[in-house]
Amino acid sequence: MANILEIDGLMKSFGGIKATDNVNLAVEENELHAIIGPNGAGKTTLIAQLSGQQMPDAGTIRFRGRDITQVPAHARARLGMTRSYQITSLVMGMSVLDNIALAVQAKDAHSFRFIRSARKIASLRDEARRYLAEVGLADRADAPTVNLSHGEHRLMEIAIALASEAPLMLLDEPMAGLGPEESAQMVAFLKGLKGKRTILLIEHDMDAVFALADRISVLVYGHIIATGDPASIRGNDDVRHAYLGEE
Amino acid sequence: MTQGLSRSTVATVILLGLLAVLPAVFMAMDNEYYVGLATRLVILGIAATSLNLILGYGGLISFGHAAFVGIGAYAVGIPVHHSLFGGFQIVASNNGLFHVALAVVISALFALITGAICLRTKGVYFIMITMAFAQMVYYLFISIDTYGADDGLVIYQVSQVPLIDLSEPLHLYYLAFASLVAAILLVRMIVNSRFGMVLQGAKGNPERMVTMGYNVYRYRLVAYVISGAMAGYSGALLANYEGFISPDMMDWAQSGEFMFMVILGGVATTLGPILGSTLFTVLEEGLQIVMDWMEPAVEPAYVALFGRDLEFEVYWHLPFGLILIFAVLFVRGGIMGLIRGGKD
Repeated sequence: MANILEIDGLMKSFGGIKATDNVNLAVEENELHAIIGPNGAGKTTLIAQLSGQQMPDAGTIRFRGRDITQVPAHARARLGMTRSYQITSLVMGMSVLDNIALAVQAKDAHSFRFIRSARKIASLRDEARRYLAEVGLADRADAPTVNLSHGEHRLMEIAIALASEAPLMLLDEPMAGLGPEESAQMVAFLKGLKGKRTILLIEHDMDAVFALADRISVLVYGHIIATGDPASIRGNDDVRHAYLGEE
Repeated sequence: MTQGLSRSTVATVILLGLLAVLPAVFMAMDNEYYVGLATRLVILGIAATSLNLILGYGGLISFGHAAFVGIGAYAVGIPVHHSLFGGFQIVASNNGLFHVALAVVISALFALITGAICLRTKGVYFIMITMAFAQMVYYLFISIDTYGADDGLVIYQVSQVPLIDLSEPLHLYYLAFASLVAAILLVRMIVNSRFGMVLQGAKGNPERMVTMGYNVYRYRLVAYVISGAMAGYSGALLANYEGFISPDMMDWAQSGEFMFMVILGGVATTLGPILGSTLFTVLEEGLQIVMDWMEPAVEPAYVALFGRDLEFEVYWHLPFGLILIFAVLFVRGGIMGLIRGGKD
């Protein structure tokens, strides 16, 4: 299968700390690839470099064969990757529907359109409502975003990722802060996406990761120590040693 | 929500209705002074409305808005000066349409160039750099002797426009009023458009807008240019109203006043900036009248203390400042916030 994302020799340091230490990783088209690792392993830093908020010190990132290492974040999004945030990142002052509609609108060639009222453009609103319905937030469409619960905010993050229709979704701990029931819902939801999108999933919830992932990479101190299917990761001594804890 | 909306709609109708009718009444009562006052508040309202686009809806705290107004004013003063006294033939003209075109184009260009630099910065740096650019223009005009340097430039002739005569107070007033209505409608249209949604989204969460695929910088720059051009237009009107321009119109204190109008009236509301400019003008005037009226009560004590006559009304800035501080501290959302009933 073709690789949608290829990371080669990626390096990023903050002061003396190597947050990303020679990371090599290939993500295949339509797989769900999970990245696990202890706190401070550099998972979020890795996502930030992939989505373009942070620039690596060295190394290359290829998206569908194209070197995007120097491409700015907004342009990467337009090439077909979307990200969600570990700490909810939404426009709190706008309604739920407005947030999703912005993600829909982002697919237009440009938004230098000044005349028509955006909230009256049926195509934008209807499509946004569809994605809200998909994550089960249809009845919350007109609520101010700030009024929603944490769990609902997580679902909004997913709806934005869906609305982008990006083939590559970078999901940074979508289960963070969710209760067991909400987590189970999220897992079921991501399962439904498998095979339709490529998902690079960062997650702390091991049950979720082993239930979802086609392949898992283990990141420790900025370095990938193992990549493989869930069974081989579970059986890997280095991983057990470094991450899952010694019994 | 609906009630809040209808309340602000009622407020809009009342205020615009008053502004449409009152000056004609003042004129009929031979009270030209108040027509002038209304003209001033309407022109300042246009400038504040333009600032609201970037400050209110864009979240960009620009502290240099007076520069655009000043540029617009000099775009009238300089051509008129040369048309009367010769020199600089390319711009010498008393044609109002030319003045307005010049005001809009030059202030838009200034916004494009300075905005391209300012918008690379964030937060306090943005505030400082917008102010620095405005001060740069201020000092530039202070240094040009041809245009009166810091003494300013008297505009001996108003802009000549078809159909109306701007030296007639009511003509000038209704041109300014029509411009204000147009400015309000324009800003309203822009903020509700797809462009406006991106601008407002970037106010709330710029990083998210970037990862959605928006080049936030470009959208902000375009908003900055539109805002600057509108302010430049208001400056051209202001020059015709004042009949005089000086670098003081571009001082940072003047930029601060525009910010106050927007904040006082209510940021990111259609009517806020006009309410702000109205209150500002009314307070400026009203406080002097009130203090003049109170003078006999305070004067004996003052004379006893300092041994000289008191001109109480010259101290009107003090209560003015106190009212502004009070308003910012205790009236959340400005006057529009009050009208909407304390909701944010």
